[in-house]
This record gives sequence, C-alpha cells and structure tokens, in this order.
Amino acid sequence: MSYPDMVDTYWVYFLIGRYPQGPLGGLVLTLVLATLGLLLALPVGLVLGMGRVSPWRAIRWPVTALVFVVRGTPLLMVIFWAYFFLPSLTGIKTDRFVTMLLALVVFDAAYLAEIVRAGIQGLPKGQAEAARSLGLGYFRTLRLVQLPQALRHMLPSLVNQFVSTIKETSLGYIIGLTEVSFIATQINTLVFTLPTEIYLTLGLTYFLLCFGLSRCAYALERRLSVREHYHHHSHTPA
Amino acid sequence: MTGFDWGLILTGPHHDMLVTGLLLSMRLLGWTLLLALPLALAIALLHLAPSRLLQALAWTYVESIRNVPLLAHLLFWYFGAPELLPESTRERLYAHDFETVAAVFGLTLYTAAYMSEDIRSGIRAIPTVQFEAGRALGLGFLTTLRLIILPQALRVTVPPLVSQTLNLWKNTSIATVIGTAELMYQAAKVETATFRSFEPFAFATAAYLALSLLITGLGIWYQHHYPARAL
Repeated sequence: MSYPDMVDTYWVYFLIGRYPQGPLGGLVLTLVLATLGLLLALPVGLVLGMGRVSPWRAIRWPVTALVFVVRGTPLLMVIFWAYFFLPSLTGIKTDRFVTMLLALVVFDAAYLAEIVRAGIQGLPKGQAEAARSLGLGYFRTLRLVQLPQALRHMLPSLVNQFVSTIKETSLGYIIGLTEVSFIATQINTLVFTLPTEIYLTLGLTYFLLCFGLSRCAYALERRLSVREHYHHHSHTPA
Repeated sequence: MTGFDWGLILTGPHHDMLVTGLLLSMRLLGWTLLLALPLALAIALLHLAPSRLLQALAWTYVESIRNVPLLAHLLFWYFGAPELLPESTRERLYAHDFETVAAVFGLTLYTAAYMSEDIRSGIRAIPTVQFEAGRALGLGFLTTLRLIILPQALRVTVPPLVSQTLNLWKNTSIATVIGTAELMYQAAKVETATFRSFEPFAFATAAYLALSLLITGLGIWYQHHYPARAL
C-alpha cells in the first residue's frame, strides 16, 4: 500500500475513529478530551490556587501537600491509579474516557493551582491592602480585586497549558483510549509497511495543532504586555 | 480489599522486579542528562549565533520537538525510524536492548529542546554590554561566551534546568510505551502477575516522589547558596 492510498483509506478513521458507528476517537477525541480536561481543571485549579495562598494553615498545608505530591508524580502514575485502583475502590468499572479525563483534571489542576498562586502573589501587595482597608472581606477582596487581575496575567499561560494538555492526552494510548496516537498505532498495525510515514504524520498533526496554538499564546502575550507596559508606567511614583 | 501486603514490595521476586525497574529509570535519567545538557548548550549557542541561518536551524529544532508529545517521539524512534535502516542493522538493533537506546535517544532530543530555551534565556539575561566589553578587549565570540557570559549565566540558568530535570525524571515513565523495562513497566507487570494494584503502584509512586523531592531540594539548595546576582 502506498502512502496516498493509506491516507485515502484511513484519514476519516484518523480524524474521528469509528464514529458514528462506534465510539468517537482519533484527533477529535484528543481535542474533546483536552478541552474538557482543561475546562474542568480550571475551577479545581482556581480553588486549589486560592488554597495555596490561604491565610489559614488548616487549608494551606494540605492543599500545598496535595499540589506537591501530584507535581512530583508522573502523569502516567496518576492515570494508572485511576485506571487500576479506582474501580477496586468504588466497585464500578469506569470507562477509559472518564478515567483519562479524571487523571487529566487532577494533574492539570495541580499545575493550574501554581499558575493561579503565581498570578495572585504577582500582584502588588497594595491591591489587597487597599481593598481590605475599603472594608472588603477576605473573599470579596479575592473575588473582586485580586482574581480579575491575576486571571488576565494568566491568559497566555492558560493557552500554553492547553497545548500541554493536548500533549498529555497522548498518554491515553497506554490504557487503550482511542485518541489519535492509539489510532495511528492501529493504522500502523493494519498497514504494516509504512511505520515511518505513519508516525511522521502523527507528529506533524500534533505539531500543526500545538504550534498554531502556541503562536496564539505568543500573540496574546504581546498584546497584553503592551497594556501592561502602560499600566506599570502609570503606577511608577514620580 | 485486604490489608497492605508489605512483603510484596519489601522482599521476594516482585520486589526485585520493582527495584530493577527503578534502577533502569534512574539510568535513563542519568544518561539523558549527560547527553542532553551539551546538546542543549549547543542549540542555545546556535540560537544566539550571529547568523540568521543558524538561528533558524535552532528555532526549527526547538519548535518541532516541543510541539509534539514525547509519546509520539518515542513511537517514531522505536517503530518508525528503524525502517529507514537496512534490514541487518535493524535486526541487530532490536536484538540489543533497542527499547532502552530508543528511550534515551527520544528523551535526550526532547529534553534538550526545553533545556536549550532555559540556557538561552539565561544567557540573554546577561546585559549585552558584558558581551561588548569582552569583544572590545579583543576576545573572540566563543571566548567571550566561555569566559564572560556563561559563568554569569550559570547562576540564572541552574534553577530552570533543575525543574527540567524534574520533568525529565517524570518523563522517563513514558518510555514504558515502547517496552523499556523501567519502573512503570515493572509496576504494571507486577500488577498483572499478582492481581494487586495497590502495592506496586504505591512503591512506584513513593519512588517517583522521593527522587522528585530530592531534585527539588537540590534546586532549592543551589538557589540558596548561589543566588543570581543582581545585574
């Protein structure tokens, strides 16, 4: 089978798997998984990030420990825990998609927590002090003054986090989730004679997707830093 | 669930499997670090070289590596690339622990791309007047880099390189997809053999965490003893 024949036969399979006859797969599943993973990890990461800078030790210490443990462990380990151990704990056999999604949310949330923490701690202290002296409570200061500013700083990091998440979904391969790397391997097994071309195509697919997105992050960063520049100057004391 | 079986991970054949895996994981880390650091430095220097062509070359390398998941890299180096070699060479490769060689190869290329960016921004953090002063004193491009820029850049660069080392340590686990018998592979094998998932995974998690903490600790120690000087 020649390369054009292979592309002609398998491109739909590569993009969407067996859908609509079977479950969704391929590149679209990769994107769905990465999008859902990041969207669900955002609120969790926000809460964990707030916990990391909490003035109460009873909250700050366990959250910090959790973040450190997850960040010191490979994602694959988290996936294995979710895949092998969760079913024996809950008694329900969770499907691969849910398992992978869960692992991604836990893993990404720990990383996002650090982005949120850096965003909050990166703000000038005067911001929180001004809000508190205006009579706002701790949570209202966080919600009305600190988070809106911190989140804008975080925007480029978030796009980069999405790129990382897309790359992370490839690990679903190991538990047999039919995302794009798994599909590529299946196609390779079926075709058998074109491994170099198939894996190069897989790499190129990821590249186009991730490179495009990281360019967006770069453009976003530049646009925000123009505004930031102005912002800093207006705050420099004469 | 029955109680935690300490015997499984502390003694016996399954303990030996896990330890063998851990040692291989650490060897992957060591070899990759040894190979990736000089490669990263070379790429960073290419990126800063006074030639558009060399800069574009370094940029292409970094971007094409970083925008593809490590898993896809490893699949390519293990299953894809050997097809380009003649049949006899390929058979010899697969007979001689190619899983480990391909893993080190893929990890090195991947890690070097990230590390070169850290080295590059470390070098760029040194004010250009330092470089100009070196050149004005009659030192060549490479001599200025070696004697003036790199010693100063080292302090700025080590902390991000430590966190890349931490990423590398975690990334060694992905080598399991091409059948490298490292810690994750052995943990899954013990799980299959004993039908117990908790014990081998607890062992693996503890081992990954311990080394991660050690690496993080080293980073903090360095920053404490050799803080970046204000420039």
